Amino acid sequence: MRELSAFDIIGPVMVGPSSSHTAGALKIARIARRLAGGKITAVHFILYGSFAKTYRGHGTDRALLGGILGMETDDLNIKNSFEIARARGINFMFDTEDSENPYHPNTVEITVFFEGGELTLRGSSVGGGEIEITNINGTDISFSGQYDALIIRQKDAPGVIARIAGVFEKHNVNIAFMRVYRDGKNAYSIVEIDGSVSDEFMEEIKKLPQIDSVSYFDFAD
Amino acid sequence: MDFKSGKALIGVCREEGISISEAMIRRESEVFGAPRDETIKKMTHALVVMRESVETAKAGNVGVLGGYIGGESRAHLCYIEKNGALGGMISRASAYAMGVIEVNASMGRIVAAPTAGSSGVLAGTLIAAGEEYGFDDEKLVRALFNAAAVGYLITLGSTVAGAEGGCQAEVGAASAMAASALCELFGGEPEVCLGAAGDAISNILGLVCDPIGGLVEAPCQKRNAMGVANAVISAEIALATRRTLIQFDDVVKTMKKVGAAMPAELRETALGGLAAVPNVKKFCRDCDLCK
Repeated sequence: MRELSAFDIIGPVMVGPSSSHTAGALKIARIARRLAGGKITAVHFILYGSFAKTYRGHGTDRALLGGILGMETDDLNIKNSFEIARARGINFMFDTEDSENPYHPNTVEITVFFEGGELTLRGSSVGGGEIEITNINGTDISFSGQYDALIIRQKDAPGVIARIAGVFEKHNVNIAFMRVYRDGKNAYSIVEIDGSVSDEFMEEIKKLPQIDSVSYFDFAD
Repeated sequence: MDFKSGKALIGVCREEGISISEAMIRRESEVFGAPRDETIKKMTHALVVMRESVETAKAGNVGVLGGYIGGESRAHLCYIEKNGALGGMISRASAYAMGVIEVNASMGRIVAAPTAGSSGVLAGTLIAAGEEYGFDDEKLVRALFNAAAVGYLITLGSTVAGAEGGCQAEVGAASAMAASALCELFGGEPEVCLGAAGDAISNILGLVCDPIGGLVEAPCQKRNAMGVANAVISAEIALATRRTLIQFDDVVKTMKKVGAAMPAELRETALGGLAAVPNVKKFCRDCDLCK
């Protein structure tokens, strides 16, 4: 567990009503947005557990859509996210799974349809606005948001991981956790790091051969 | 500099001859390497958002999502205006606290302090104290750092989550933070501040978390108002007596134990307590306060 700051106690500055059901939900959806490889045209949400039961009163639906639209957790437009999504031509649908919930009580599965493909992600809001991403495109994964993280979509080929690791070494970025997954079509590296990375680091890693996309999540901020 | 207990915090303050707020500001620099002026600027932003949330509720009905609350803050302020305040600064501060919870429930912007569900207590107390006693923003920002230190110690030693510790943890922590912050504003030494914080938690030890409909509306809103009253009383008694029977660290430990002893029904699951009272929905439909 990282050290608590004064601003973990007096903060976050957020749009209510709930850090788990509103702010946390938005953060999960923002990650889906960041991982989508093109302009988003439609989103489908499946809500589980407490999300399914109380999403309207907590504005979980508006927050999720706000995350897809790239809003921050303190954006006063979150409550208008339905109207904004419609104006941008993004279709959206919410379903609830009322039968037994095998996941964390506050869980959502998001399928994002974008120009050139689709992506499904499952995440849970585990309290106080902290989240965990547990599945991408059917592959069970885990990253928490406790550390800054990179999600790298790469070709499933020999030597790719070594080249990625080389950039970390060159820029003196320490890897706290690193996991590599593949789902048949794509391969992913999820790298949680100590500290943060520079713009130069990002440019360099994006330029590597056989890398499809790199998303950086600045959770410490 | 760091401190992991109330005792350690008082030790640091004594050694350096500084206040709790100053210790928290220095800790921020030393643990996170944050420049002092940026840290203070960030906290000033929190104060600004707190004030905005109070003003938003004052200005009119904010339209809460669940509909179990709405308009209480304005009604309370109108009553005070017309009939005078029954409770001195507590009256205005508790109306403000209720307003912040209305803003929160309407997807308005608030500062979690320490949580969204308890965000009214510190904001209401400090904004009203500023108006009533003329504390400027610099002093109020200091008070927020004092409150942050108390919330940090409670989080370390116990929890501030209703799902883990019930309302005693959530509004209890907020009330303790506000009590300590008030003490510093009125010149109380670190020992007096933590005495007030401990008493504030002691006073509502065992309070359950039973949100109606699972939403952060009722009874949360009025419990925030109560958290204000409890903070002011605890601060005033601590400033007057300068002693407390049970030390802050022991109160925090006790609160953790009491939270663990609470059945799950009474920890934010909306299965027990007031959340289990029948016909609340029907009453809510027939009431027109929020319309």
